[in-house]
Amino acid sequence: MSEPLPFLLQLRGITKDFPGVKALAEVDFTLRRGEIHALMGENGAGKSTLIKVLTGVYQRDGGEALLENQSINPKSPAEAQSLGISTVYQEVNLIPHLSVAENICLGRQRTKFGFLKWKEIRERAEKALARLGIQIDVTENVANYSIAIQQLVAIARALDISAKILVLDEPTSSLDEKEVATLFGVMRKLKAEGFGIVFVTHFLDQVYENSDRITVLRNGKFIGEFEAAKLPRIELISKMMGKELFEADFKVTARAPKARGEKPLLELKKLSRKASLKPIDLEIFPGETIALAGLLGSGRTETARLIFGIDHPDAGKILLEGKPISIFSPRNAIGHRFGFCPEDRKVEAIIPNLSVRENIVLALQANQGWMRYVSLAKQNEIAEQFVNALNIKTPNVEQPIRLLSGGNQQKVILARWLASHPRLLILDEPTRGIDVGAKLEIEKLMTRLTIEGMAILFISSDLEEIVRNGDRVAVLRDRTKICELTGADISENQIMQAIAASHEE
Amino acid sequence: MKLFFQSPTWQKLKWPLAALGLVLLFNLIFASGFFHLEVKNGRVFGSLIDILNRAVPVMLLSLGMTLVIATSGVDLSVGAVMAIAGSIAALLLTKTDLPVPVIIAICLTASCVVGIGNGALVGFFQVPPIVATLILMVSGRGIAQLLTNGQIITFENKNFEFIGRGTFLALPFTITLTLLVFAALSLLAKKTAAGLFIESTGDNETASRYAGVNTRLVKVLVYAICSLLAGLAGLIVTTDIKAADANNAGQWLELDAILATVIGGTSLLGGRFYLIGSLIGAILIQTLTTTILTRGVAVEWTLMVKALVIIAVCLLQSEQFRKTFFARRRRST
Repeated sequence: MSEPLPFLLQLRGITKDFPGVKALAEVDFTLRRGEIHALMGENGAGKSTLIKVLTGVYQRDGGEALLENQSINPKSPAEAQSLGISTVYQEVNLIPHLSVAENICLGRQRTKFGFLKWKEIRERAEKALARLGIQIDVTENVANYSIAIQQLVAIARALDISAKILVLDEPTSSLDEKEVATLFGVMRKLKAEGFGIVFVTHFLDQVYENSDRITVLRNGKFIGEFEAAKLPRIELISKMMGKELFEADFKVTARAPKARGEKPLLELKKLSRKASLKPIDLEIFPGETIALAGLLGSGRTETARLIFGIDHPDAGKILLEGKPISIFSPRNAIGHRFGFCPEDRKVEAIIPNLSVRENIVLALQANQGWMRYVSLAKQNEIAEQFVNALNIKTPNVEQPIRLLSGGNQQKVILARWLASHPRLLILDEPTRGIDVGAKLEIEKLMTRLTIEGMAILFISSDLEEIVRNGDRVAVLRDRTKICELTGADISENQIMQAIAASHEE
Repeated sequence: MKLFFQSPTWQKLKWPLAALGLVLLFNLIFASGFFHLEVKNGRVFGSLIDILNRAVPVMLLSLGMTLVIATSGVDLSVGAVMAIAGSIAALLLTKTDLPVPVIIAICLTASCVVGIGNGALVGFFQVPPIVATLILMVSGRGIAQLLTNGQIITFENKNFEFIGRGTFLALPFTITLTLLVFAALSLLAKKTAAGLFIESTGDNETASRYAGVNTRLVKVLVYAICSLLAGLAGLIVTTDIKAADANNAGQWLELDAILATVIGGTSLLGGRFYLIGSLIGAILIQTLTTTILTRGVAVEWTLMVKALVIIAVCLLQSEQFRKTFFARRRRST
């Protein structure tokens, strides 16, 4: 960069304490006008906390914040917004049963004599979305659109506020490639217009594709600020992780020798459900990871929901060890010793205000029933065991799970299932929104579990991950399976070709 | 001990306890004889005993209400269930020769059954709790009035009256009864998995279901318990006036029960619940009422004074309020 652009935002020595945890210790962060600044770090590094301090969700306990050289201390997201700091969070924060237009303009509706000016609200929403290059019916409820579209609506909402700073917290984790490209186009345009963009993501490619500078945090501490062009990828990773492991380690986990069971544990025979899944055949063997690959909406999650009894099939059969069974409910599925880590952690997995211990023992206790109470001593033992085994970062097992970072929450949910000793574990996007280190740990765990004889059904949008972990890959498209890849055929290229080939038919 | 003072339970209980302490302190200073206890005919008498005895119906209701609220529900029908239980009791006492234990069993079973109905509406048919229990709140009183033909049925039966008027261990029997119920529910919450299931259902129903918790059964259970206790409270109130008054028995008590629960630290959003907190809440409400009445505050002021104290407790419990208030204070010092 020839000449440094003027500072838009300077955070100096930011400190934030939570009971038992120092979430941020003396963290610096600066943002210039017209730059995209990536904020990187592992789970629990303090990225989300820093962003929440910046956007007024939390108040800092120490340090100073200057916006255009004026000291600021936003007390609420609304105050931060009025200062020009807008955020799109990791988990889409929209109101599902309001229309797109209402969501975009919520809190800033124009009124005339106290009445809403609906036409203007609609036009404004359409304009905000047009800026992102998408055209949708803005009178439709947000809930009726895919997560990808909801994400774009959330970004449009942030843009609609006359912002100076746009914070994007994991904006791309639910988007497909085309949508990511659209978003990046918008980001570059905003950058050219002089916005400062804080970009949080776990996708290293995206960081290097877009960012001017990178700030790295680790364990709540400031590690450094770097120019993206001058920081080799491997160095960035080692700064984030604080140790030199990497690619090599990932390779070790893959392709460990496994003894796949002779007979399938579970067979789906022409299983289908109206409007969610076309007839699908699938065999799941003990001691192997079968990965479901495909684009969003291809039927991956839908398959998992049928197997776990959340939805019910209209036709077809499920065979468990050769015997036909019906799965009426998750309870029922758990009775067959299945486990399921759902895609949407916040809504479908965590019990936010209960402790790590209670979250871990819940499935085990539910399966044992009301009266066979797992004693408190036993609960503590189980919880401690998994906190250690899975390296869950929490001050103690009585910490409410909502105070943990995303990756640690995910590990608790994994522990919940492991504690109940499942035969089949369904993992739907288990690594979404969590950092490289935790990802590696979860992948290692999957390998170990399959070696021990568990069957794993693994769903992921990340092709690399699929290739690394799938012993067998079922490729889905248009709500059914189009092919299966095994052994040497498993490669990103093959999967993409399989998906593309069926496009041409 | 130090740990206890850091525990969330203590955080929830300290404000209602402080309020209760203040009201008692007020009485200690201004109301002579408030703490006076005296033994007559083998029974202890005094304002304190009187307060506990009078708080019993709301204590019983709020214990059940706490479980319901913990599942993020609410039961508006408890007052009506009290009326039903009382009416059935009076009817059976006057029209049949059934032994008292059988009559009590019939009343409690009937209460439990209507509670299961509430639970089924909420748990299985996804009717919002307010609507589901509002149905029984209205129709239940109607049922009670049909049972009694709209009349107030009076009765005399020493054995039956023991429930509400008996003396046990020199104290009103109702106090022992309440302690027994509290102990039973505490056991259910701490020594079975019910407590965990109730809290997890209230905190995140979807996630609980996916973890294998039978959330429907949890709901049926809490509404059944809540109604059962309402029936018990109904019997106590009936013996108090030796009559079943289908129009007035338990009227508006559902609101006191909800209030006691909320004062006691259980959030209306569901999740964590505090049985002991609800008892303290119920005692606080009754202490206030008694204090106001014995201070001779003009009747038209009683509701206002009660409301002010309760607003204060609720504000102190609000994290948002404390944050704003205490942050300001900290800056100024």
